Amino acid sequence: MGLMLWCTAHFLHAGSIRVGPEQGITSISGATQKALCGDTIWIESGLYKEGNIVLDKSLTLMGMGNPVLDGEKKYEILTVGADDVSIVGLTFINSGYSAMNDFASIKIVGSRYFKIESCTIRNSYFGIHVSNCSYGKIWNCSVEGTPDQEQNTGNAIHFWKCDHMEVFNNLSSGHRDGIYLEFVTDSRIQKNTSTKNIRYGLHFMFSHQNSYQHNRFLKNGAGVAVMYSHQVDMIQNEFQDNWGPSSFGILLKDITDSRIIHNKFIRNSAGVFMEGSNRCVIDSNLFQENGWALRVQASCTDNQIAYNNFMGNTFDVACNGTLVLSKFNSNYWDRYKGYDLNKDQFGDIPYNPVSLYSVLVEQNSAFLILLRSALTVILDEVEKAIPVLTPIDLQDLSPVLTPYPL
Amino acid sequence: MIQIQTLHKKYGNVRALDSVDLTWNQGDVIALIGPNGSGKTTLIKCILGLVFPSAGDIHFMGRSILNSYEYRKDIGYMSQISRFPDQLRVGEMLDILTDVRNVKDSDRDMELYEEFKIEQIRDKTMKSLSGGTRQKVNSALAFMFSPKVLIMDEPTAGLDPVAVEILKGKIHRTDKSVRLMIITSHILSDLEDFASRINYLQDGKVRIDYSFAELREKSGESRLSKAIAHILNPS
Amino acid sequence: MIKIIKYFLIDIIKNKVILGLTLFFLVTSFSLLYLDENQTKAVLSLMNIVIIVVPLISMIFAGNYYFNAYEFKEVLLSLPVARTRIILSEMIAVSISLALSLGLGLGIPALIFGAGSTILYLILITMVLSVACAAIALLVVILSREKSRGLGLVLLAWFYFSLLYDVIIMTLLMNFSDYPLEKFVVFLAALNPIDLCRISMMLKLDISALMGYTGALYKEFFSSLIGSAFTLGTMLLWILIPTLISIRIYRKKDL
Repeated sequence: MGLMLWCTAHFLHAGSIRVGPEQGITSISGATQKALCGDTIWIESGLYKEGNIVLDKSLTLMGMGNPVLDGEKKYEILTVGADDVSIVGLTFINSGYSAMNDFASIKIVGSRYFKIESCTIRNSYFGIHVSNCSYGKIWNCSVEGTPDQEQNTGNAIHFWKCDHMEVFNNLSSGHRDGIYLEFVTDSRIQKNTSTKNIRYGLHFMFSHQNSYQHNRFLKNGAGVAVMYSHQVDMIQNEFQDNWGPSSFGILLKDITDSRIIHNKFIRNSAGVFMEGSNRCVIDSNLFQENGWALRVQASCTDNQIAYNNFMGNTFDVACNGTLVLSKFNSNYWDRYKGYDLNKDQFGDIPYNPVSLYSVLVEQNSAFLILLRSALTVILDEVEKAIPVLTPIDLQDLSPVLTPYPL
Repeated sequence: MIQIQTLHKKYGNVRALDSVDLTWNQGDVIALIGPNGSGKTTLIKCILGLVFPSAGDIHFMGRSILNSYEYRKDIGYMSQISRFPDQLRVGEMLDILTDVRNVKDSDRDMELYEEFKIEQIRDKTMKSLSGGTRQKVNSALAFMFSPKVLIMDEPTAGLDPVAVEILKGKIHRTDKSVRLMIITSHILSDLEDFASRINYLQDGKVRIDYSFAELREKSGESRLSKAIAHILNPS
Repeated sequence: MIKIIKYFLIDIIKNKVILGLTLFFLVTSFSLLYLDENQTKAVLSLMNIVIIVVPLISMIFAGNYYFNAYEFKEVLLSLPVARTRIILSEMIAVSISLALSLGLGLGIPALIFGAGSTILYLILITMVLSVACAAIALLVVILSREKSRGLGLVLLAWFYFSLLYDVIIMTLLMNFSDYPLEKFVVFLAALNPIDLCRISMMLKLDISALMGYTGALYKEFFSSLIGSAFTLGTMLLWILIPTLISIRIYRKKDL
C-alpha cells in the first residue's frame, strides 16, 4: 500500500530517461532498473539485444525513430508484470521458441491498465501474450510471423483469463491464430485485420459479453472459430476467402444469445457453420459466392436468420437433418423465382433454401462429383415441385425480391 | 473392260443381285434394261463402289475394284435423280470436280456445257434448278472429263425433247471405240440408236445378255422392245 | 485430303447454321459477361450452358450435317477419292467449324472483357468437348440408316451421356453409401466425356474445397501432371476411338 501511494505521488513529477547507443545509458534493462514508477524511458533508434527484459514497475517505454529489440531466437523479449505500463513505438524481432514455455515478444502477466501501441512484431513465436489482465489496450500494432507449421508458431495476439480488453486496429498474420481469446470477458475487438494465419483468424472459447466490430478476417487457413460463449456481438466484420476443405467464414460452436449483424461473408467454403448454437440472431449479413452460405446442424435451435442477402452461393443452406428449429424470414435469395402480385415487397410464395441436391451432398459428400451436372439441375426443379426429401419447415415465408443495400 | 463375276447382293432377305455374270468390253455401248427394282441401279452402285457386293467380284481393267478407289478416275457417272448438294452453285460444283480430279481446265470436254448453256446458270444453286436443268448439268459433268467408262442412269429422264436430241447427238459423236458406255433407260427407243449390247435384268438375274445383232437374229424382230418381248415370252 | 476438308468447310459455312451457332454463343457469352458484375458468376453461368447446351448442339450439328452432306459425299464418292479420306475429312471439317464457332463465340467477348485464365481454360475444354461429342454423334449416325432414326439415336446418346450416366452414378452412390466409393466414382465419371470436362472445370474453379478431404484428393489428382495427362488422354480417346470406328464402318457401308 505504501508503494502504491509512493508511485501515485511520483506521477505528479514523472521523470524521463533516454536510452540510446550514444547516450549515457545504452541498455533498456539498465534504464528500467534506474527508472522510478511513472517514468518514461525514451528509446532511440538502434538494435537492442538484451535477452529477456523484465518490466516490474509502472513505466512507459517510448520508441524514438525505430528502435529494434532482438530476441535472437532465444529469449522472450519483454516480460511485463506491473500495472500502468505503456509500450509505444517499438519493434520486436526474433523472439525465442520453446516447446515448454509460451515465449512471446511481449508477455504481460497480471497487469491492469497496460497499453501497447504502434508496435511492430516480426518472427515471433507468440506475438503479444496477455494473461490474467484487466483494462488493457492493444492499439495499432502489427504482428506478422513467417508461416511455418502450426505447431511451431504461437498466436499473434493471445489472451487468457482477461477482462475489459480493447484490441483496436491491429494487423495479425502468419501465426497459428490471429487473435486468440480464452476466458476473456467484456472486451472489444475492433477494426483489426487478421489474415493468412495458419489456423484461425479469430479464435475464442469461453469468452462472454465481448463485441467484435469492423474486423476483417481474410484468407485464414480455417477461417474463424468461436466456441462455448454467450452474448457475443459480431457486427460489420468481413469474412473473406477462407477457402479450403475444412475451412469456413465462421464456425459457431455452442454459441448462444449472440448477434451476428451486418457482416460480409464472401467466398468462404462455408459462410457460417453452426453447431449447437441457440438463440442467435443472424441479421442483415451478406452471403456471397460461398460454397455453402449457411450450414446449420440439427443441434441448433431458435436462431433467427433474417434480412440477409444470399447471392451466388453454390448452396444456400444445408442441414444434416430434416428437423430445423431455426427461423428464416425476409431474406433475399438470388435463386428465388417467386413473384409479388400484392406488391407488399415480399414474395407471395415461400422459398425453400435447402435444395434436394444439397441434402444428398449432406448425406454423402461423394455426390459433389455431380455438382453442376444437368441431372442435379433437373432434380432440384423436380423437388421444388414435389418436395420429398428436403425439410419443408425450413422455409423463408417472406422472401424479398430485391437485395438489401448491405 | 469390266468383268462382273457371280455378283450377289442381298438387302436383308431381298436378293437385289443374284449371281450376275457379265463381261463388258471397250467399244461396247451397253443397254442395261429391266423393270423397276430389277437391280440395275444396285449393279451400277456396285460398280461405282457405293454398295458392297455380298459375294462375287468386279474387275475393272483387269483389277478388282473391291478396296480400291483409284479406278474411279476413269468413270463418268450420271446419276438417276441427279442428287447434288443443294447449296452448291453450279460453277462451284464444276470447280470441285475439276479440282479433285486434278484435271486442267483446258483438258475438259466443254461441248455439252456450251450446248446446254450452263455458263448462264453458273451462279445458281443446285437447289434452285428444275429437274431437267439439273439433269443437263449432270450430263455435261459426266462427259466433261472424257472418261473411259461412262455410266448413265436414265439420262433422258426429265429432259425436254430438244435437250434429249442434244444429248443423243453427243453420245453419237463420242468416240466409242476407246470407251465403254453403260446406259439404263425405260425408253427403249432412245437406246436403239446406239446400243451394241443388250443386258436385261429381272429380279436381280441377267435374263438377256446378247449383242444387239444377236438379239435381232434370235428374235427376228428389229425393234428393241419387240425383240426383248419376244425373247422373254417366246410364245 | 486438305482439298476435301476445304470443300467440306465451305459447304458447312454455306449452311449458315454454324454462323447462327457462333452468333448464339457470342450473344450468350457477351450478355453473361456484360450483365454479371463479377466474373466468377459469369463463368459459372457459362459453365452451366457449356455442360448442357454444347454437347447437345455439337451432337445434333454433327449428326445433321452427316445427312445434309449425303449428296455431297455421293458426288465425292464418284470421284477417285478413298472413303476413309471422305469421312475423315468430314469429321475434321465438322470439328474445326464447331471448335472455331465456340472459340470465337465464347472467346471474343471473353477477350473484350479481359477474361482470366479460368475462362480461357473453360473455353478450351469446351472446344475439346464439342469435338468429342461430334465424334460420338458421327458414329451414331453412321450406324443408322436413315435420317430421322439417326437423329433420334443422336438425341438418345446425348441423353445418355448428359443424364442417364449420372443417374447411374447417383444410384450407385445411394445404394453403396456405406462403402468408400469416392475414388471409384470419380474414375467412373471420368469415363464420360461430359462429366470429365465438368469435373475438370469445377476443379479449376476450386469447387473441390466443398468436398472436404475427398475434394482435396480429387484436386491433387486432377491438377497433377498425371491427372492432366489423364484428362487430356481420355478426351483424345473419346475423339479418336469413335472416329476410328466410324471410319471402319463407313469403309464398308452401302450408301
